[in-house]
This record gives sequence, structure tokens and C-alpha cells, in this order.
Amino acid sequence: MAWETVIGLEIHVQLTTKSKIFSGASTRFGAEPNTQACLVDLGFPGVLPVLNEGAVRRAVLFGTAIEAEIARRSVFARKNYFYPDLPKGYQISQYELPIVGRGHVEILLENGERKRIGVTRAHLEEDAGKSLHEDFHGYTGIDLNRAGTPLLEIVSEPDLRSAKEAVAYAKKIHQIVTYLGICDGNMQEGSFRMDANVSVRPVGRKEFGTRTELKNLNSFRFLERAIDFEVERQIDVLESGGQVVQETRLYDAQKDETRSMRTKEEANDYRYFPDPDLLPLVIEDAFIEETVKGMPELPEARRRRFEEEYGLSAYDAEVLTATRPQADYYEAVVAVAGDAKLAANWMMVELFGALNKAGLSLEVSPVSAEALGGLVKRIADDTISGKIAKTVFEEMWRSGRAADEIIEEKGLRQITDSSAIEAIVDEVLAENAQQVENYRNADPKKQPKMLGFFVGQVMKKSQGKANPRQVNELLRNKLG
Amino acid sequence: MSLQREDVEKIAHLARLAVPEEELEHLRGELAGILHLVEQMDELDTGDITPMAHPLEMTQRLRVDRVTEENHRDQYQAVAPLVENGLYLVPRVIE
Repeated sequence: MAWETVIGLEIHVQLTTKSKIFSGASTRFGAEPNTQACLVDLGFPGVLPVLNEGAVRRAVLFGTAIEAEIARRSVFARKNYFYPDLPKGYQISQYELPIVGRGHVEILLENGERKRIGVTRAHLEEDAGKSLHEDFHGYTGIDLNRAGTPLLEIVSEPDLRSAKEAVAYAKKIHQIVTYLGICDGNMQEGSFRMDANVSVRPVGRKEFGTRTELKNLNSFRFLERAIDFEVERQIDVLESGGQVVQETRLYDAQKDETRSMRTKEEANDYRYFPDPDLLPLVIEDAFIEETVKGMPELPEARRRRFEEEYGLSAYDAEVLTATRPQADYYEAVVAVAGDAKLAANWMMVELFGALNKAGLSLEVSPVSAEALGGLVKRIADDTISGKIAKTVFEEMWRSGRAADEIIEEKGLRQITDSSAIEAIVDEVLAENAQQVENYRNADPKKQPKMLGFFVGQVMKKSQGKANPRQVNELLRNKLG
Repeated sequence: MSLQREDVEKIAHLARLAVPEEELEHLRGELAGILHLVEQMDELDTGDITPMAHPLEMTQRLRVDRVTEENHRDQYQAVAPLVENGLYLVPRVIE
């Protein structure tokens, strides 16, 4: 039987506020345990949560970016469950009236088509603390620094039809929240966590199959592998006459499989009710206008602008706008270099190649955008050839020095004085009289290929510094 | 709405309350009474009424995003039964 996969994602995005969503404690990552957990975060009696304006503004930015309705009135609710890293016995979240309503994003499929994926809603909530299960002689250690960190939970429609689509969607959301600067996107530190709801159904059937929930996937690779495994597992169960059990499963990256968490059935009985400690959140037009006024250019818009303003191909524009630091870097290179296409080539081939090889990210590149711009500028204005530029780039990468400094010091400036080039050309022709004769007697169709020999000789004699365009021109004239 | 003994047991378990066997019937009656009281509202047409999320006719004030809390871990942990290396220790949680 042919099966169709149906996937919906829930993504927890940690917001970049300085303080927590309901308290004035710091959200900085990596502090000593419990040094950033105040009385509100610890759930002491008698404390009152007060909503952080910065968290609300970030939610509004996201809602606007996905063209969603921003709820003018939204309500915070208590989600009740017991776990030691949740000291109050409930998580403050939003249930019936979330701040961000229905929106959508577009993803690029492998066949080059674009597909619209619906976002059901996004709501504000607080994060829980961390449980450490190792090394505490039979106890569990609790660090509540993370408790109360603001989260935006983004829930997609069940519009995704494969693990690859799920990854493309998750990457798109990651791109949007990092472009907006509302999340640092750091997946190792847990700033961007994904849950996947996965089910399968026979192709052509309208009703959804029973779904399972894959929890806490913290990399795109694990997301893809966990879904692929789970889809296979469900199909195996159904094809052998069994039934899929609705449950939460954990992905084990080492074994590359999902496992049932064996949660008790009442675990999902959260008994939501409006939190009496918090009043309804009312958002006025002016607040939204003020918030979106400084909204950064979004990836889609920037990609289109790169194509139009810089004349880049769709592919180049897509690659260069993949992340905001990358797009910013590129524009800084162009500002110095002048030549947009040459700048794109140098960034994508030489710079990315060197970064890849060294295992470095762009943020810590030994060659700054201004420095790379300075090099590309010298290729564009014919000071050096593209070939010499590669040598200069290597030296810049090693020493961090500017292109102009290296070109002057090593005397790499291209020879563009035509009488100087002509002298070299004449020398080469005199030394290779036999080849000259061969060339002149050759079939005109074969001549362009034979010209390469002379160009090579001239370049060698000039130590690579002769302008290749002028060399070609002079040789053709003299041999013709 | 009728409330069964098992419902009371389930609610008590969700709230992690240990209710002695002999109190279950009494509690069932009291809870059923509360539900009956609320049920009376079903007789009214509330279609045009915005559900009340809070008894106060006010809206949420927002706090400026600023760190105002300092580290008082030692004081807070002085009342905790068990701590180690800055962590609160609790009975082992098996995942």
C-alpha cells in the first residue's frame, strides 16, 4: 500500500530578552546554577508575575513577519502538571486566546517549487528549569536559571508531507526569528527546540491517522532522522495489522530510533484555566506600529532585493541571504568592492571554501568584510589578476593584513603598461619560433587552443603579473 | 452533572492530594454541588458575552525589559531541604 506522511511541528523559540518573562532575573546562558532564579522563578508564595514588554514586542514582530493577526486581547493560562523543574506546579502559558493567530510561511521544495505552510498560532509562555540526573547519589539536581525564560511556541498546521519538508519549514522559522533578532537561534544551547507530530495514512484518505509526538529535537539532522524512523515504524505497525498508539516518543540519536516514553495517560490532563495573577493582555494599534517600525528586512524581501539591486542569480541570492550575518557581510563587501557579482563569487567560492576547510563560522572569519571588499576592489580595477588575488587572499587569511599592503609589499601589482607587456610577448615569440610557425600554418579552428601555450609562457615570464586580457590581445595581433 | 467516585479519585490524583477512602463520598457530594451551581448558568443565553478572564476590569501592565534581580541564592537555598553545588536536590526523577 502507498502511504502518505502528515507532519505538524511545534517549535519553542527562546526570546532574546535580557530579563525573564515574568520577573527581573537575568536570562543569560551559562551562569552558575540557580544564581539567576529569583523568588518569582522559584514559585515562592505571595509573589506576583509581571509581564515583560520585550517578550510581547518580540511576539508581535514574529506575528507581523508571518502575516498573522495579532490578537488585540490575549489571555495567560495555567497549565498544570507536576515536575521538579517546574516549582509552581503549573507553567504560565496561553491556551484559548494566544497572542499570534493564523499566519503562514513559504518553503522552497527540492524540485524548486515553493509551498505555503500554515502557522496555526504562536503563544507566549515561560520555560521550565533543568533537571540533572547524573552524579547526585540517587537524587536529581535542579537548576532553575532557565525557569521563566520567555518562549514563543510556534505551532504549524499539519501541512508538511515529508521529513525534508519539515526540515525546510523549521529552517525557515529559524531564519525568520534570527533575522528579526528575537531569538539567537543557538540550537546547542536549546534556544530553538522542535517537537514533531507524525502520522501516516493511505494515499487518498482524508482522515488523519493516529499520531505520535516526537519530543525535544534540537538539531535539523535529528529532526529529519527521527521523522524518517518514525514513519517507517508506523508503516510497519500498520502493515503487520497493528495499530499506532497515540503517545510521546523520544528520539535516541545514538541508536537512531524513537522510543516510547511510557507516560501515564493522565499526563496530558493539564486542566488549563486563566491565571488569576495576570490580567488580559490588550494590544493597541499604536503599540504594534511602534514595534514594527524598526522591523529588519526579512529574508524573502532581501533575497528579491539582492537579485534586483545586485543582479545576482536566484541561487546566489538564496545562498547569500540564508542568514542575516551572511547577508550583512555580503553587503559590507559590496560597499567597499563596488563590483557586486565579483563580490558574490569571491565570498561564495574563496571565503566559504576557506571557512569550510578551517571549520570556522563567518562570525569569526579571519578576513573581515571590509578586507575582502578591499581585495575584490583590486581585482575589479585591474590592479591584480584573479589568479594573483588567490595568493593575496591566502596571505590575508594567514596574517589578517589588508590586500593593498600585501600587493605593494610583494610587488604583485599587475602589469598593464602595454609596452612592457609587448616586450615580454616579443621575447616569447622570438624564443619559440617553431611554435609560431606551427600556429600560423594551423587550421584557424585550432588556433585559439594553441594560443594558450603562448599566453602561459608570457604569464610565466611576467610572474603572473601581466594583464591576461592585454596579453591575449597582443598575441592575437602579432600572430595573426 | 453527575460526578462519580472515580472522578474524585482522578482529580485528587492529578492534584497530588491523598484523600482518605472514607472522605471520598463526602467530597463527591460537595464537588457535585459546586458543579450544579455552575450548571444553572446554562439556562442563560451568553452568546454575546465576552468570556471573563479576570474579575477586574483592567488590562495587564507591562514591565520594562531590565534585569532588576540580584543573586540571592544562598538565602533562598537556606530553606531548601537538600542542596549540592548550587543545585536543589529532589528525589530521583526517572525519565
